[in-house]
Amino acid sequence: MSASVEELQPQPTIVPSAQPPGAEAAFVTPPVVKSRPQTLLAIPVGACIALAIHFFVPKTEVVPPTHYYPLVLSMMLGLGVLGAALYPFFPGLRKWMCQMCPILGIATVTVGIWELITSCLEWLPLPYFPGPEAVLGSLVSDRALIFDSTWHSLVLLISGYAVGVAVALVTGITIGWFPHARYWGMSLLKVVGPIPATAWIPLAMVVSPSALISAIGLIALAVWFPVTMLTASGISNTRASYLDVARTLGAGRAYLIFRVAIPGALPSIFIGLFMGLGTSFLTLVVAETVGVKSGLGWYVSWAQGWAEYGKVYGALVIMAAFFSTIMTVLFKVRDRVLVWQKGVIKW
Amino acid sequence: MVAIVPDPVASKAASLRVRHVTKHFPATNGVGVAALALDDVSLSLAVGELVSVVGPSGCGKSTLLRLIAGLILPSAGELSIGAEPITSPGAERGLVFQDPNLFPWLTVRRNIEAGLVARGVLREKRAEVDEFMRVVGLETFADAYPHHLSGGMAQRVALARALINHPRVLLLDEPLGALDAFTRMRMQDEVLRLWQAHRTTMLLVTHDIDEAVYMSDRIIIMTQRPGKIDQNIPVDLNRPRDRSSSDFLRLRSNILELLHFAGAALARNKS
Repeated sequence: MSASVEELQPQPTIVPSAQPPGAEAAFVTPPVVKSRPQTLLAIPVGACIALAIHFFVPKTEVVPPTHYYPLVLSMMLGLGVLGAALYPFFPGLRKWMCQMCPILGIATVTVGIWELITSCLEWLPLPYFPGPEAVLGSLVSDRALIFDSTWHSLVLLISGYAVGVAVALVTGITIGWFPHARYWGMSLLKVVGPIPATAWIPLAMVVSPSALISAIGLIALAVWFPVTMLTASGISNTRASYLDVARTLGAGRAYLIFRVAIPGALPSIFIGLFMGLGTSFLTLVVAETVGVKSGLGWYVSWAQGWAEYGKVYGALVIMAAFFSTIMTVLFKVRDRVLVWQKGVIKW
Repeated sequence: MVAIVPDPVASKAASLRVRHVTKHFPATNGVGVAALALDDVSLSLAVGELVSVVGPSGCGKSTLLRLIAGLILPSAGELSIGAEPITSPGAERGLVFQDPNLFPWLTVRRNIEAGLVARGVLREKRAEVDEFMRVVGLETFADAYPHHLSGGMAQRVALARALINHPRVLLLDEPLGALDAFTRMRMQDEVLRLWQAHRTTMLLVTHDIDEAVYMSDRIIIMTQRPGKIDQNIPVDLNRPRDRSSSDFLRLRSNILELLHFAGAALARNKS
């Protein structure tokens, strides 16, 4: 879950229109720090340090010898040197390297330090804290199961998220537009909404015919609340003058709802979609841990049951990449849909 | 150049009629007295006439336009367009605000199309979209979002968006009030050109007396709180008008005096 918590951090900054356009893109394109030529060597230097630790510091932990870890480090070294050699010729590569070199360099050194304090010095107790070589080894050896788990998680997440968003858009638009629906709907929403979806697990297990369906329902519920709330508030905050203009242009109710209120509410709806995505990650992992017999959440608790912490950390790394990628995809969709707000087209 | 004073005989048919209209607004929070925004206002516009309404802020000018647009209903009296009473907003009465209020999620072209889409006639009248973009000189900005337009350009889009419905009356609520002085003068000519080309009846609310004298066939002066029609002044100047001619300046100073007099009278009544 560490991944989704990290990804949730930028959310308060995606309040629409109140922010300068630059701040909104902060997640997708990290801010460029001013870099000197030597930062381009960060990756090779970091990889060298990690390799030195790996080969020259004596190990106390007995690890089945796999060569994956030094192989990965050597590849980083090679690619880092290659990038540093080629960057003057490719402006795109150069921009990317200016952004990423310090981060990747420090990440590599951190992995080296991790190996130092686990495999070499054994400051942290085994089997709970294996070194990077053991984690990488279990990732590679268990790749079929991990791939299968990721696939199951993806299917479950997308099913639950899609159901939740579809229902939430309907309820949110209804509550936001019709005063009567708002009166009853908001009351229900205020009472039921704040209950964490995971608190419904005991009920879901009794009511639903299968663990999979109850998991989809729980994820949908987790997504439903924030998306409904923000859709309703976006719709009900439609600028009255837009509605006035539309009515003097001859618009009927359908035009007012679908072509004025909904497009105007999209920035708010997207904030709901991001919040919903965060809660859906949480609910997905919890549901897979307690009920569903597949997916990354299940894999983590299964590996923990066998005390194979290498696999636990391997799965966490995969989760971080998985959730982060989905978050990035949603940001890209947002940037595409809200292009009118950000002003990507320049004149 | 041919002077384009509407022919007084041809324009006898009244386009817009406002008869003894009164508008109260309920007191805020249900306490205090209801505010009387308009008190027994009557006016009529001939077909193709361009009439300005001037008056101090809070005289109910905008309320009058919203009533004619059908966005609010009168407390008493009746409004009609041609023979039909006004009961709700409709495409035959276009409204342009001080803020262009372009839909920010639509490009310039789609904003101009909005009225056609809303009435479900886009397919038949698609050709007019290009025509109106050309009329307001924005062909090259068809795919720009409102976001990128200057104030004057945005207001031209708003005018095109209202005119594409061929409204019988175009209501203009201080449409040039937010523009800088030079842009405003250029846009006044632009509105006159559109008026001349489409022969649309226009009711222009403004607080700029120069603008009223420069543009209108007739100027209606309103008094403050409750809003009442005080004076109805025909502007018998040939078009195109010269802002520095002695006739222009004389009329301008007359109106200023009238407004000032109205203000002083109000102050006397209050004390």
